[in-house]
This record gives sequence, C-alpha cells and structure tokens, in this order.
Amino acid sequence: MQATSHEFKANAHKALGDRNLQAALGILKRDFPGRRAAAVDRLPEFEQLRDEGRAIKNHTLAHLDLYLEAFEQKVTSLGGQVHWAADAAEARDQILAICRAAGARTVTKGKSMISEEIALNDHLEKNGIEPVETDLGEYIIQLRHETPSHIIGPAIHLVKEQVADTFRDAHTHLDPARPLSEPRQLCDEARALLRPKFLAADVGITGANFLVAETGSSIIVTNEGNGDLTQNLTRVHIVITSIEKMVPTLEDVSTLLRLLARSATGQEFSTYTTVSSGPRRPGDADGPEEYHVVLLDNGRSAMLGTEFQDMLRCIRCGACYNHCPVYGTVGGHAYGWVYGGPMGSVLTPQLVGVEEAGNLPNASTFCGRCESVCPMKIPLPKMMRHWREREFERHLQPPVYRAGLAAWSWLARNPPLYRLATEIGAAVLGWAGRSRGRFRALPLAQGWTNGRDLPAPEGKTFMALWAERQKRAR
Amino acid sequence: MSDSVAGSPIRVGLFVTCLVDLFRPSVGFAAVKLLEGAGCRVEVPAAQTCCGQPAYNSGDRADTKVIARQVISAFAGFDYIVAPSGSCAGMLRTHYPELFADEPAFLPEVEQFAERVHELVSFLTDVLKMERVAARYDGVATYHDSCSGLRELGVRAQPRQLLRSVAGLTLRELPGADVCCGFGGTFCVKYPDISEKMASDKIADAAATGADTLLAGDLGCLLNMAGKASRQGRNLRVRHVAEVLADMTGELPPIGAAERR
Repeated sequence: MQATSHEFKANAHKALGDRNLQAALGILKRDFPGRRAAAVDRLPEFEQLRDEGRAIKNHTLAHLDLYLEAFEQKVTSLGGQVHWAADAAEARDQILAICRAAGARTVTKGKSMISEEIALNDHLEKNGIEPVETDLGEYIIQLRHETPSHIIGPAIHLVKEQVADTFRDAHTHLDPARPLSEPRQLCDEARALLRPKFLAADVGITGANFLVAETGSSIIVTNEGNGDLTQNLTRVHIVITSIEKMVPTLEDVSTLLRLLARSATGQEFSTYTTVSSGPRRPGDADGPEEYHVVLLDNGRSAMLGTEFQDMLRCIRCGACYNHCPVYGTVGGHAYGWVYGGPMGSVLTPQLVGVEEAGNLPNASTFCGRCESVCPMKIPLPKMMRHWREREFERHLQPPVYRAGLAAWSWLARNPPLYRLATEIGAAVLGWAGRSRGRFRALPLAQGWTNGRDLPAPEGKTFMALWAERQKRAR
Repeated sequence: MSDSVAGSPIRVGLFVTCLVDLFRPSVGFAAVKLLEGAGCRVEVPAAQTCCGQPAYNSGDRADTKVIARQVISAFAGFDYIVAPSGSCAGMLRTHYPELFADEPAFLPEVEQFAERVHELVSFLTDVLKMERVAARYDGVATYHDSCSGLRELGVRAQPRQLLRSVAGLTLRELPGADVCCGFGGTFCVKYPDISEKMASDKIADAAATGADTLLAGDLGCLLNMAGKASRQGRNLRVRHVAEVLADMTGELPPIGAAERR
C-alpha cells in the first residue's frame, strides 16, 4: 500500500468533515475506554500482569535470535516449514510461491495486519489468485476497496447504514428489498456468503498473535471463529507474521492473553483462541496437510538495541487507539498507512521512513493516555519524541517552525532579554485586548485564532509585578 | 498552619511558568498567597524563563539542556520548587532526569533538584498537609484534569479535595475529565483543526454537566478551553484552580473575559 502519511494534515481535515466517520468515532470514544476500565477493575492483579507481560517480552527481545531459531527447529520437527522474509517483497513472493505450488485459485484469509503491511491481497490478485477476507470487518472493507482503520476493528470507521449499502451494491444476486438495518442481518448475510468460500478455498492464510518457541505453535484469537475455518478447511495453512510475535512458552502466552482481550475490547477472553502446531498428524481428525510460517522482519530487527526497541513489545491490542484523543478525532485513515494511533505513530516512521511519516509522531499532544493503558507499558510518547529528535537532527521540520523555535529558544536562554520581550508583549497585547478580554484574530496567530479566541494578557508580566512588590516591601 | 522546620519557614522557589508570567500573573500571585498563607517563604528567582518544553518536544535536546541547566542553577538552595502547572512541574520533575540520563556526572544534581519539584495544589495537600482553604466561590464548577499533572504527577484527588472546602462552590464531575483538551503545546498551532475539535468536544462535555465554571490547573489548557468557549459564545467562566482556592475571583475576571467596569 502506498503511504500517504505525508498528507496527514489534509487527510485529517477531510476526516473532520466526514459525518459518518465522526459518528463512528463517537461510539468508539464512548464505549471502548469504559469497557476496558471495567475489565481491568474486575482483575485485581492486572497491574502486576502488565509488569509480568513486559518482562516476558523484554526477555524474549533480548534473546530473540535464539528463540527464533528454536521456533524454526520445532516447526520443522513437527513437519511444517518456516520461511524467513527480510522485507515485504520477499514475504509476498514466498506466499505466492506456496499458493502456486498448491495450485490455488482462491485463498481465504483470517485478519492479519502483516498481510496489510506487505499488501498481500493486491499481489495475489495481480497473479490470478482470489483472496477472500473472512473477518467480518475485513470482508466489508475488501468489498469497499478500503484499508483497515483500526488494528482490531478494521471497519470501525463505518456506521451500519454504510455497511448495508455496501452489501446491497456487492451482493446483487440477493433481493434488493431485503431488510439490512440490524447488525444481526448484516452478520447473517456475510456468514451465509462466506460459508461456501471457506469450503472452496485451496489455501488458508492467517496471522498470528503469538508464536511459541517451545512448542513451535502459532496462536490466533478471534471473536468470529473465522480463523479456525480458514486454517482447518483448507489443504494448506500459511501463517504470515512478524518476528516480534515470539514468546518462549505457552505459559507466557497465557499471561499475555489475560492482558490482550481486556485491553482490546474489555472482554476477559476472546471467543476463540486457536493454537496451531504443525500440519495434520496421522490420526488427527482435521488440520491442514501443509503448514507454513512466513516470518517477516521488514525493519524490526533494526529496532533492536535502539531507543525504539520497546515498541517491539506491542501485542496489537489497540488500546492506544481507543484512548487516543487524536485518533478519536481523525480516525485511522488519516495516518496514511497500515498502522495508526499512537503505536502507528511510532512504528510507521520505522517501516516507511520518517521523511514520509514525520507528521505522525508530531500529531500528538503527549497527553500520555496511550502509555497509561498500554498492557506492555510501552513509553509511546517518549518514542514519538525520539522521532522528533531524529527529524530535528536531520532538519526535516518546516523552516518557519525551526526558525521560530530557534528565536524562542535564544530568548529563553537570555533571561534579561526575555524579560524585556515579554514585558513589551504583555503590554501591547494587554492594551489591545483590554476592552474585550480576548482576541478574535491576531496577526501571526491564525493557527490559534481561526477556530478559537485568544484570551488577552492582563498587561504586566508576573516578573515585573513581583519586582514592584519587592521594591514596595523594602 | 505553618509547618516550619526547626523554627525557620519552608523556603519555596516559585517557578512561575512562561504562560502565567505573560498571560495571567494573577495565577502566580494566587500561588504566592496560598503558599505564604501556609507559612512558606516564597521567592521568585529572576533567572527563570521557561521550562524548555517547546524545545524538548520539538526534538531539540541541546537547547533544552541549556535551558534546564539555567533552571536548575536558578533554583539551587530552595527546600522546594513549586509551579502552578502540572505540565511544567512534570517537565522539571520527570523529564529533566531523562534529559540528563546520558550525563552521569551531572545526573545526581538533576535528580536532587527534580525530587524537590511539585505542582502547586498537590504540594499544598501532600507536602504541607493542607486540608481546606478559606475561600468563597458562588457557582457550580467542573474540573478538567490536565494531562501531565494527572499522568506524570498523579494530581487528581488533591484539587477536588480542596475545592470541596470552598464555600458556595458545588463541584460536578466532568465526564472524560482525563481526556486531553487539545492544547498540547506546539500541537495546537501545528494541527489547529484537530486541536480545535478536541477543544470543542471538551467544552461540550463541560457544558453538559450544567456547570457555570470550568477549572483546571494548567494555563495552556485553560487558554485553549476559554478561547473555544468564548468563540462559541458559551457562558462558561474559565479559571485556574489556584484563583478559586486563593479566594481571588472577586477582583479578577475569568480567563478571556473583559474587565469589570
């Protein structure tokens, strides 16, 4: 997918005027934080679990090479194959090769953000293979030729009326007069249409929430059961995932699972948790004949040992999205690439370059709500600041902004001059604004005054008044 | 309620903050009144300008360090450093040590400075053990938790506790009080569209409580919220919490309001 992160401001402006989007975001902001908070309140050891989860991930990242190799050995010993992909192109080619070897015409897919990251669907279509998204949200946006706007709720930018319109446009063989006003009706329609697709598919592709080095397993959680149908009804199962999903043991996964759903949706557990360990064994009732794991790096190993390593702890719960006031105002598409919200503002500059995605770590008020709810305690604002430091070092910020900052900073380092400048500023603005107490417009301050008034200063600075008070006291 | 140590009053260095200095010196004097009323000796070092956040959050660590060294040196020798802002106090207390983490020779001095820094209202309650104030305010107020104070310094219960002791004041909880108002320092001018929408949502939430007064502990947020409220023509009095606690509202119009004639 072509990144449009450099157009963040224009994307955001458009998003602010989109009434459906604003209605959808209103529901997200109203419901998700409360659900998470309630789930956390019901689990007294939640804070302790966060520390345990962070320690598990930190340990794994410190020894990632060893765990990755152990994982590969285990998968191989179970009869599966691991494919190492340094970048998106390699991952796409490996998946295409597996599909071709299987003679695949259609593939079903469980929800996978890594598949979005490598733009897999386009690649398969270009090569004559039909990808069918089976997660309801992914299915909806595939019909609309859109990208996900949230890592756990890909179609969260839509209201149900838009989904009904999409289904009427796409499912033309059904009665145009059928009722589609209720979520249940939409869900039933998608379910009925997807069932034969599951049965007809040659290859099933899923992501992975976790990889387990000890057992060679990949684990997915879903609420729809579509992942199970995707991977069990096809002859070939491909897991497309990235290297930082690794944890040492199943015990570790159980700790992380207790954090994941609570942080994501406020559920205690996702409806389905599916563990896959290799292909079908003799005597197994079901399971694929081939089991492939495509392990994507795509810039992640380069984060190890840097100030961005902590980002690799992310378990993709989406809590940072749900609590971010900027995401809640502009939605996911404004971020211009696969990942949005606070985690995307840290990860995207790494994956597509800070030149393209420099807006993302800047579009934060550093309110810190993301870090406060992150189950892995990732210091997201701090890492966004690190990206700003990279930008500053490389002179990537707009020249006007840099000049303004340099002038202000020079003054701030010279207290007597700073005093003089602020006294003049306070006096002039105080005099000009004294009748109304505020400004509706002010030269050089349109960024502020276009949408809000600027309260007028009282007229004298505190430092000047304090000096007067000290003089009187003497 | 003077808590003097060995007979001598507590020496507090007031970090005025650049916005209070320029826009609303009365907040600084409210802080002085509260601190002196509690028995502190308040001094205001002349070599202070700003905490350095605009440079820090723009990725300019070198200039931030120069400014931080200036602040640390200006406030050497005080028992406590107090700021009427969670954002600036958070910068001094939590970010200065991070900033100098790569200078082990200077870091102990920074840490020794940082642990003496407090946000005003939490200093009154947590350090000076103030439980009530002698103030009157006739109105229904709601309180917005400014982000840095709330999440970096744990300021939440303290202002509510003192506000409940203000005669005539009814406190109503603001739904989403922990959600950012959209100010965000340079954010508000870099992304004005988004900032305004956030401010607008905040004002709508405040208005929905039925309160006539919106209080907070950070002037940046207050200028943003007051500016949005007055642009929308709302009848909402916006004030720094210290003005109410120091009983100074009689002589001082709300933020963004015209002077009384």
